[in-house]
Amino acid sequence: MKSKRNKLIYNLVTFGLVIAAYLVLSYMVQNKLISRSLRGQLIPICSWIVMAVSLNLVVGISGELCLGHAGFMSIGAFSGILISGYLLNAFQFENAELRLLIAIVFGGIMAGILGVLIGIPVLRLRGDYLAIVTLAFGEIIKNVMNCIYVSVEGRHLNFSFINNEIEGVRLLNGPNGAVAVKTISTFTAGFLLILFTLIVVLNLINSHTGRAIMAIRDNRIAAESMGVPVTRYKMIAFVTSAVLAGMAGALYGLNMATLVPTKFSFNESINVLVFVVLGGIGNTLGSIISATALTILPEKLRFLQSYRMLVYAVVLIVVMLLTNNALVKSFVSNLTARLRKNQYKEGLSA
Amino acid sequence: MVFLSNLVNGISLGSIYAIIALGYTMVYGIAKMLNFAHGDIIMVGAYIAYCAAQYWGFPPILSLVVAMAVCTILGITIEKLAYKPLRQATSLAVLITAIGMSYLLQNLALLIWGANPKVFPAMIGVDTLTLFSGQLAIRGATIVTIVANIIIMIVLTLFTSRTKLGKAMRCVSEDRGAAELMGINVNTTISLTFAIGSCLAAVAGLLLCSSYPMLMPTTGSMPGIKAFTAAVFGGIGSIPGAMIGGILLGVIEILGKAYISTELGDAIVFAVLIIVLLVRPTGLLGKPMREKV
Amino acid sequence: MSEPIKRRAGTKMVPYPSQSIVPERDLGKQPVLETRHLGIEFGGLKAVDDFNLIIGRTEIAGLIGPNGAGKTTVFNLLTKVYEPTHGTVLINGRDTKGLSITQASHLGIARTFQNIRLFNQMTVEENVRIGLHNQIKYDMFTGILRLPRYWKQERRQHQQALDLLSIFDMQGLADVQAGSLPYGAQRRLEIVRALATNPCLLLLDEPAAGMNPHETEELMENIAKIRDQFQIAILLIEHDMSLVMGVCEGICVLNFGKIIAKGTADEIQNNPVVIEAYLGKRKEN
Repeated sequence: MKSKRNKLIYNLVTFGLVIAAYLVLSYMVQNKLISRSLRGQLIPICSWIVMAVSLNLVVGISGELCLGHAGFMSIGAFSGILISGYLLNAFQFENAELRLLIAIVFGGIMAGILGVLIGIPVLRLRGDYLAIVTLAFGEIIKNVMNCIYVSVEGRHLNFSFINNEIEGVRLLNGPNGAVAVKTISTFTAGFLLILFTLIVVLNLINSHTGRAIMAIRDNRIAAESMGVPVTRYKMIAFVTSAVLAGMAGALYGLNMATLVPTKFSFNESINVLVFVVLGGIGNTLGSIISATALTILPEKLRFLQSYRMLVYAVVLIVVMLLTNNALVKSFVSNLTARLRKNQYKEGLSA
Repeated sequence: MVFLSNLVNGISLGSIYAIIALGYTMVYGIAKMLNFAHGDIIMVGAYIAYCAAQYWGFPPILSLVVAMAVCTILGITIEKLAYKPLRQATSLAVLITAIGMSYLLQNLALLIWGANPKVFPAMIGVDTLTLFSGQLAIRGATIVTIVANIIIMIVLTLFTSRTKLGKAMRCVSEDRGAAELMGINVNTTISLTFAIGSCLAAVAGLLLCSSYPMLMPTTGSMPGIKAFTAAVFGGIGSIPGAMIGGILLGVIEILGKAYISTELGDAIVFAVLIIVLLVRPTGLLGKPMREKV
Repeated sequence: MSEPIKRRAGTKMVPYPSQSIVPERDLGKQPVLETRHLGIEFGGLKAVDDFNLIIGRTEIAGLIGPNGAGKTTVFNLLTKVYEPTHGTVLINGRDTKGLSITQASHLGIARTFQNIRLFNQMTVEENVRIGLHNQIKYDMFTGILRLPRYWKQERRQHQQALDLLSIFDMQGLADVQAGSLPYGAQRRLEIVRALATNPCLLLLDEPAAGMNPHETEELMENIAKIRDQFQIAILLIEHDMSLVMGVCEGICVLNFGKIIAKGTADEIQNNPVVIEAYLGKRKEN
């Protein structure tokens, strides 16, 4: 079973690389072998990896272009911050690890609920129309988050919309977002979240649920004719992705002392999409690598100062042009075609 | 009266969206790509007009012409360098390239003109129109914007329905392969579309900054996204659709901000878009899609 | 496996109420498909009009007609890709009004496509497994957690897929990407995938298109073999008359959306109306 073995190897390599990277990096952190700026990047990198892998589930596996992924991250981040702050202020719940776990789970659930609500209308649309509506939802989430004020008074939570006159300790403060957040995210938590994401996404892809999702991507009408309920499986991919993005958001949010809603703008959604496309659409390991590389790259380019983003843009364009260049492509496809031909011949003689 | 004044402002803002949306919709119709860099061409156009008027002392009309020329060349160059090699690539690859191009333009502008906002000079010499004995004042820029929009609409409609090149554009957007077989030069047609779209973007840039005189490297991105929504709203690929979508979007935005909530203005715009797409999945004037089985 | 059913040559076709014929062995059983005055209009154009057909439980039926006669439209109506504007489609006696494509598939109708629609980026085996989709009884969480049930079902499914592929001797190609198969193999894979849904009626849309005479012959034998093995009804659209006449028991001829003739191969071959539809009218001297 060649392809099954290949899949197994691919999954093992993915998990192995992530675990190895974690071990090496934690060793380096403990022995102060990495720069402070990189150390500060570790948790955000974990979040972006989870974001990229989860978006890949929608874009690569389900084949729908989603331009509002940052919206789910935003919901996850602020829900996580909210519940963590509430537990701390109302119940003096000091255990940081447990609080982080609750925050991540809660962030995921909230994003998941929103995913269902958005998914019901959105998944009826096709192609670019679906993309534009997810973009619209992302902008709406950003806009609405800008207007939410929440404070905690004793064990009571005060909510307010637009009007910012509420009593108690402020947890969310409209356009100013969350301020004085107790940062409780850890690199280990980030690593565990990545592992969780990988288990969910890779196992999902290799189950009959994942195959149904991919079948819809490859040919919707044929999948329907085979009795696959299209909306349900699109929904599964979309909501799973939203839940994971919400979890990534909670991890990200509880790593920042302050966080404004405008952080999760259209540009962030696009950034995650860039990770996915550059990593190879549908390729989980690729998403992980490109999310890591592209989060570090702008930092590493700091010596270029104001030319930094310019270089980033040029790199992006050049990579896209090269990976889609006819010459490069024919070279690669020649290689794979030779392999496939052999596979076909072997199959016939078997 | 306040309502009327809001309505006029809405139509004016909507006219700017419409002009930008035309660029999106024409390019989408012909090249089947979302040109995310289009919003940034507006910004470039505005900067060029700004420089022409402020540093070189050109009169407004000449500034506009220079901006249009520069943007047209820019649009064609971008198409030739970045999009043309990707004709056979997946739409996602093209989308990412367009996003890269958008970053590139923004950061080039940042390097050339700096991050500080520039105050756009008043270029439009039309006087404020006062109606109803001073109760309703319509600014010159507003009038010029609306008039410009109407003129562009008429000219474009005539161009696509009467001229040979315009018909060629419609053919390519309908079926690129068939158009090529009929002897239409697809590459020229696509370049022409980018040229027209970018040229209109320069006009939109000048009009936008005449009404909202703050010019920054990111000036174009939000109007770009809104105009793109407007194009989808009206049915992407359709020229009258872009017009109607743009104007409706502008009116909804201004009225929503005035009567519902200032903070939620953008949310209202996007919510209306979503509702429209749920009722009419291909926009107001879009053709329904039917997949051949 | 039951006794092979005799080929067309020995099949006795008997009249069935409402101007149809079914093989004698299927008489008295619920027909697998029945259409009554089926029709659809596209903007005033009647693509299919007053289409009445009954197919017996184990019948191999043919739907023929010149290009543009509306044959594929009939398939699209039967599988609910289009909702008919007139008339009804009964599958196993059940009205399919308002059902979705997916629900129609659940009633036991499966099809192949004229322009092949495989899941190109997936392997041959995975394509067949999509056909088996509705016979899998484990949920998403069992899949994610890989509980014992997952492994058991996956193993069973793998075996089922290989068994189905062996009909066309394709089990060796299980791991090849479907999109990279040669044309003929893609057509065969589509048939296997449709069979995997465990249908009672299989619709084949030009199964022999693009095949050489040798492959067509093989296909003809396989179609009969499939019917014998699975005891299902097959309705096929085909332009290759040797295949249609060789394997179909009842044949229905369509022209301009209307049925112009129904009958056995011999009757159809000698029907002047059919000859006229295909060859045009002889000029009167």
